[in-house]
Amino acid sequence: MKKYILDLTVREALAVGKQFVLLRLTSENPLPEMLPGQFVEVRVDETPSVLLRRPISIHYYDKDANELGLLVQLIGNGTRWMATLRSGDVLNVVLPLGNGFTLPADKTVRPLLVGGGVGVAPLLYLGMRLKEMGVTPTFLLGSRTENELMQIAEFEKYGPVYITTENGAVGEQGYVTQHSVLAREQFGQVYTCGPKPMMVAVARWAKGAGVPCEVSLENKMACGVGACLCCVEDTKEGNVCVCKEGPVFSIDKLSWQI
Amino acid sequence: MADLRTSIGKLELANPVMTASGTFGYGTEFADFVDLDRLGGVIVKGTTLYHREGNSYPRMAETPAGMLNAVGLQNKGVDYFCEHIYPTIKDYRTNMIVNVSGSAIEDYVATAERINALEAIPAIELNISCPNVKQGGMAFGVTAKGAEEVVRAVRQVYDKTLIVKLSPNVTDITEIARAAEAAGADSVSLINTLLGMAIDAERRRPLLSTVTGGMSGPAVKPIALRMVWQVAKAVKIPVVGLGGITNGTDAIEFMLAGASAIEVGTANFIDPAVTGKIIDEINAYLDRHGFASVRDIIGALEV
Repeated sequence: MKKYILDLTVREALAVGKQFVLLRLTSENPLPEMLPGQFVEVRVDETPSVLLRRPISIHYYDKDANELGLLVQLIGNGTRWMATLRSGDVLNVVLPLGNGFTLPADKTVRPLLVGGGVGVAPLLYLGMRLKEMGVTPTFLLGSRTENELMQIAEFEKYGPVYITTENGAVGEQGYVTQHSVLAREQFGQVYTCGPKPMMVAVARWAKGAGVPCEVSLENKMACGVGACLCCVEDTKEGNVCVCKEGPVFSIDKLSWQI
Repeated sequence: MADLRTSIGKLELANPVMTASGTFGYGTEFADFVDLDRLGGVIVKGTTLYHREGNSYPRMAETPAGMLNAVGLQNKGVDYFCEHIYPTIKDYRTNMIVNVSGSAIEDYVATAERINALEAIPAIELNISCPNVKQGGMAFGVTAKGAEEVVRAVRQVYDKTLIVKLSPNVTDITEIARAAEAAGADSVSLINTLLGMAIDAERRRPLLSTVTGGMSGPAVKPIALRMVWQVAKAVKIPVVGLGGITNGTDAIEFMLAGASAIEVGTANFIDPAVTGKIIDEINAYLDRHGFASVRDIIGALEV
């Protein structure tokens, strides 16, 4: 897919809880096609401690509204700068990057989308696309407390949402892999994004259940286009760039101990 | 429109702007952003005789106005390059230059010999200065004797333009530059990355798997500029300047200090289209100051 460097305009920057900001971005021209699971690299300006672009997954792409949504967790100086953006500000973005999730060829497959923390972000767009093709996604979203749960009403537009919190404040108490829906229902495909220990646990469960599983990785990266070889993941074919060969990988390709 | 043509020995460049090895892949990764044929040259990823997996993740850490990397020369080896990558880049009109690395003199020689046979590769950049290779790399670049030996050996088998990339992690870089010149180098390029380190205080762990790594980006520019200026005065062969160049003014500064051409590295990560802009900015500078040719500003620093 052709990649672009675009100056996008901030339609709205919405605080989501205390730790996240939702950036609604648009452009005078039609935005290029983007696939669920792909990401963008955001240029961060005016912060001397931030040199490199920040990779952010695509939360949604709405072609009719010509809008790209980024859900950003405020972690360091780069992401905190993004939280200072206001309507009308311009954000320089390279997109679309990476490969994206593999959509099921068989529409009778029941997909389970498992997200943790800010890792839920790309699953919304994946859910939208699945729903569009006539496949209802089931979401299983986990977080430490109720404070990190986001956009639940948005996910509910596309399919049933199950929740776990470690403190038990919302949904079932525990980790996503302990949720009762996993024992109750049958799934034909798993997609997951979140903290690595969670993805490893999900991958282990999927492998045990014999269900194909794709994970979206977020290794630290610089160039975003497969040139600098910084963001490599150890796979069965050796070190490969998460930014170019990924960020989405089938668990069969990774060298994870699962 | 000023005349932007420059040269590195026999190698003619349409303009002084090249891309630094390891920051621009094989060029094709950036083809959506930059017209590669507009560039003075593309120096492709470091190539070794045999396949190298490189270092473990994490390999990168951002630092104030810079970054550290510890990629460790990951590449599929020179045979793979010749068979699979060369056919995809040979028809570009820009100068496709291969950066050659190794861990023994025989490896450098064998790799350079293979590349010498490739018609569309008019030059190599000999990396005697990568700080990530445990054996070799560093050792050749940090002593005049080591530099001279490896350059002399490669010169025997390589008859096109031979650029030697120098390490800044030495006591006197001019001594190494003179050794490379004496051994038959057509040009020296500098600087490679500076050895650095970053720590995660909360976890009390290094940020790189290798603990130390090579630093690049705007933070190193004053050091690079100083070294280019020193080396340009010390040798007669053309100097290629790099280290923290992010815009046309930076490029001009390196040329005023004595560089005949420049390389853009880390800046490609921040703005993938930056090289095209630097060409335009150099031209605008020359027009604004009434220089007919970019060659007029090489070493034109008034001190």
